[in-house]
Amino acid sequence: MFKTRIIKALLAALWFMVLTFPIVGIQVNTTARNINWRWDRIASMGIGIFVLALLWNWCFERKALGLPIIKKLPDSFHYSFNELQNRPLFKKGLPIAILAAMLLMPLVSSIYQTNIMISAMVYVILALGLNIIVGLAGQLVLGYAAFYAVGAYTYGLLYHYFGLTFWACLPLGGLAAVIAGFLLGLPVLGLRGDYLAIVTLGFGEIVRLLLLSQGDITGGPRGISNIPRPSFFGMKMTLDQVTNYTYYLVLAGVLITILVISRLKNSRIGLALQALREDEIACEAMGINTTRIKLTAFMLCSCWAGFAGVIFAAKTTYLNPASFTFMDSAMILSMVVLGGMGSISGVVLAAMLLILAPEYLRAFSEYRMLLFGAVMVLMMIFRPQGIIAGAHRDYHISENIREKASPEDEEGNADSAERASA
Amino acid sequence: MNPVLEVKKLSRYFGGLKAVSEVDLSIAPNEIVALIGPNGAGKTTFFNCITGIYEPSEGEVLLHANGTTTSLNGKKPHAITALGLARTFQNIRLFQEMTVLENVMVGFHCRTSAGIMGALLHTPAALREEQETIDQAYGLLRSVNLHNSYAAKARNLPYGAQRRLEIARALATSPAVLLLDEPAAGMNPFETRELETLVQRIREAHKLCVLLIEHDMNIVMSMSDRIYVMEYGSCIAEGTPMEIRHNPKVIKAYLGEESHA
Ligand SMILES: Nc1ncnc2c1ncn2[C@@H]1O[C@H](COP(=O)(O)OP(=O)(O)OP(=O)(O)O)[C@@H](O)[C@H]1O
Ligand SMILES: [Mg+2]
Repeated sequence: MFKTRIIKALLAALWFMVLTFPIVGIQVNTTARNINWRWDRIASMGIGIFVLALLWNWCFERKALGLPIIKKLPDSFHYSFNELQNRPLFKKGLPIAILAAMLLMPLVSSIYQTNIMISAMVYVILALGLNIIVGLAGQLVLGYAAFYAVGAYTYGLLYHYFGLTFWACLPLGGLAAVIAGFLLGLPVLGLRGDYLAIVTLGFGEIVRLLLLSQGDITGGPRGISNIPRPSFFGMKMTLDQVTNYTYYLVLAGVLITILVISRLKNSRIGLALQALREDEIACEAMGINTTRIKLTAFMLCSCWAGFAGVIFAAKTTYLNPASFTFMDSAMILSMVVLGGMGSISGVVLAAMLLILAPEYLRAFSEYRMLLFGAVMVLMMIFRPQGIIAGAHRDYHISENIREKASPEDEEGNADSAERASA
Repeated sequence: MNPVLEVKKLSRYFGGLKAVSEVDLSIAPNEIVALIGPNGAGKTTFFNCITGIYEPSEGEVLLHANGTTTSLNGKKPHAITALGLARTFQNIRLFQEMTVLENVMVGFHCRTSAGIMGALLHTPAALREEQETIDQAYGLLRSVNLHNSYAAKARNLPYGAQRRLEIARALATSPAVLLLDEPAAGMNPFETRELETLVQRIREAHKLCVLLIEHDMNIVMSMSDRIYVMEYGSCIAEGTPMEIRHNPKVIKAYLGEESHA
C-alpha cells in the first residue's frame, strides 16, 4: 500500500519533469548564444509534484473511504453550530447585520471601493440570474455574457441614437435579452442533451464579433462612451452622490433578485425545474412539458442578464465588446458552480469572493486564472454541492391533515378510509 | 364493459431486433392486469411505447377516459400523463436530491396551474393552490405510509420506500391507468405483502386500473385479474391466473428460462 503510493507519486513527478523540461529546464540566451540548463528548477519541480501527488492520492483514498479530508470538528462544536443556525437571532440577525453593513458601506468608503462593490453586486445579479437555468434547471449555458451584452448595448445604442434614459432602457434591455433568449432557446430546448451549451457558446461569440465588426453602428472596438449614469428625477448630482445613488440602486436590484429567485425556487415552476435537473425522463413522465418549462426558465434568466447589462452600462458609462468575452461567461458560470447549484446564499458568496478577491489580492492577480482553475477542479471532486449547499424548505402541513395520521403511525398502513386525496 | 386502455398490434423495433411485436392488450375499468415474461421479453419496452418515451413502430394505443377516446400515438410523455396514464420505473427514477414531499408535489404539476407571476407576486390563488398541493401530497404519502419521512431526501429512503414513493408520485398525477414496472423488485417478503394490499387499496380509493410488470409469481397470481405473458417480444398467452398457470406454452417459456439460469 505504502509502496504503491510512493511509486505512483514518483511516476507522476517523473512524468511532469519530462513534460515540462523544455519550458522549465532550458533557457536560451540569445545574446550570448548559449543554453542555460536549469537542473535545479527541474529538481524542485520533481520534488514539488512528488509531494502534491502523495497528498492528492491520500485525499482520494480518504474520499473513496467516505472519510472527511479535514478532521471533523468535535461534535459539541458541530452541535452548537447547528443550534446557532437555528436560533432565530442568527437566522434573522445575520442577514439583517449584512444588510446594515451593506447600507452603511458607501457612507464610509471611498468612491473607488464603492465602485468595486457595485461591480461585485452586478455580478451577483448576473450569477443569480444564471442560477435559474444552470442551478435550478440543470441546463448548461456557456455564453451568458452575450445576453448581458444585449442588455448593455440596448441601453448604449438607444441612448446614443435616440437619447433614451436609463429608466426607459431598463425594461427594454430586459425585453431585448428575453427575445434573444426565446429565439435561441426555441429550436434547441426541445432536444435532450447539451445542445443549449453549444448553441449559447456560439451565440456568445457571434454577439461579440458582431459588436466588433459592425463598427459604424456599435462603434466597433472603440465602443460607446459617455453613457449617462442613472438619473434621479433629473437632479444634478456630484460624482460622489451619483456613485452612492448607483450603489443603492444596484443593492436594491440584488435584493429584488434574491426575492424573485427564492420565490421562484419554491414555486410550482421551481419544483418542476428542480425535477428537470434531477431526472429529465421522470420529469416528463410526471406530466411536465419540459420544453416549455426550460424555455420559461431560459427566458427569465436572459431577462436578468439584460437588466444587469443596462445597469452595467450605466455604471461604467462606457461600453466595448471586450467586457463580454467568453471569460466573463465562464466567470459567471463558475460563481454558480462554486456557490452551489441552486443555492442562493452560496451563489451570492461565490460571486462576491470571485470579484472582490482579485481586487484586494493584487499580488495573486498573475496566478488568478491558475488558482481559479485549481479551485474549480478541487470543488468538483471534493465538494460538488458547492460552498453552501441549497437549503431545503420547511413545508407547513395543515393541522387537520397532519393530525389524522398520528394515531396509526406505528402500525404503518394508515387506513384507507382516511385518504386525503380522494 | 368498455376497456380503459386498448393496445392494438403494437410493435417496436430496434434495428433488426423486434423488442415488441404485434402485442394486443386491453384493460377494463378497475382491473388489475399483470404483464409477465422472462428477462428481455420486451415488457419495459412495451411500457415505454405506451407512455410515449419510445414511439411505437407500428400499432395503436387508445385511451378511453373521461368519456373521450384519444389515440396516444405520437404524443409526448407529458401529454400522455396529462391524459391520465401514470407510471413508475423499473430502475427507480426519483428526484433524488429533492425531499419526499417535493417528489410528490412535482406529480401535481399537471393538475395545478400557478404560473410565474403567481409565484413571484405570491397571489392568494397561488398560495392557496400551493397549500392544497402540500396537503394533498402529504395525504398521498400517508396512503403509502411515508408521511413520517416527508422531509427526508428521496435518496436517503430505503429501497422499498423509494418504490412506494414512486407510486405516490405517480398517483399525484390522478391517473386513470397506473403502470407499475416491477414494483416489488428488491423488496423483502414483508414489504411485498404490504405492496399487494397497497395496490389493491389504491385501485379502490382512486378508481383506477393497474397494469403491472412483475417477476414475483406469488403476487402476480394472487392479485391480478388477468395476466398477459410475453416472450421474445410477442404475447404468447392471455387469461386468468388459473388459465395461465396451466398454459403449456407459459410453462415451457418459464421452465426454459429456469434451466438457463
Ligand atoms: N433503447 C434500446 N435500444 C436497443 N435495444 C433495446 C432498447 N431498449 C430495449 N432494448 C432491447 O429490447 C429487448 C427487450 O427489453 P426490455 O427492457 O423491454 O425487456 P424486459 O421484458 O423489460 O426485461 P426485464 O425483465 O429484464 O426488465 C431487450 O433485448 C433489450 O436489449
Ligand atoms: Mg423491464
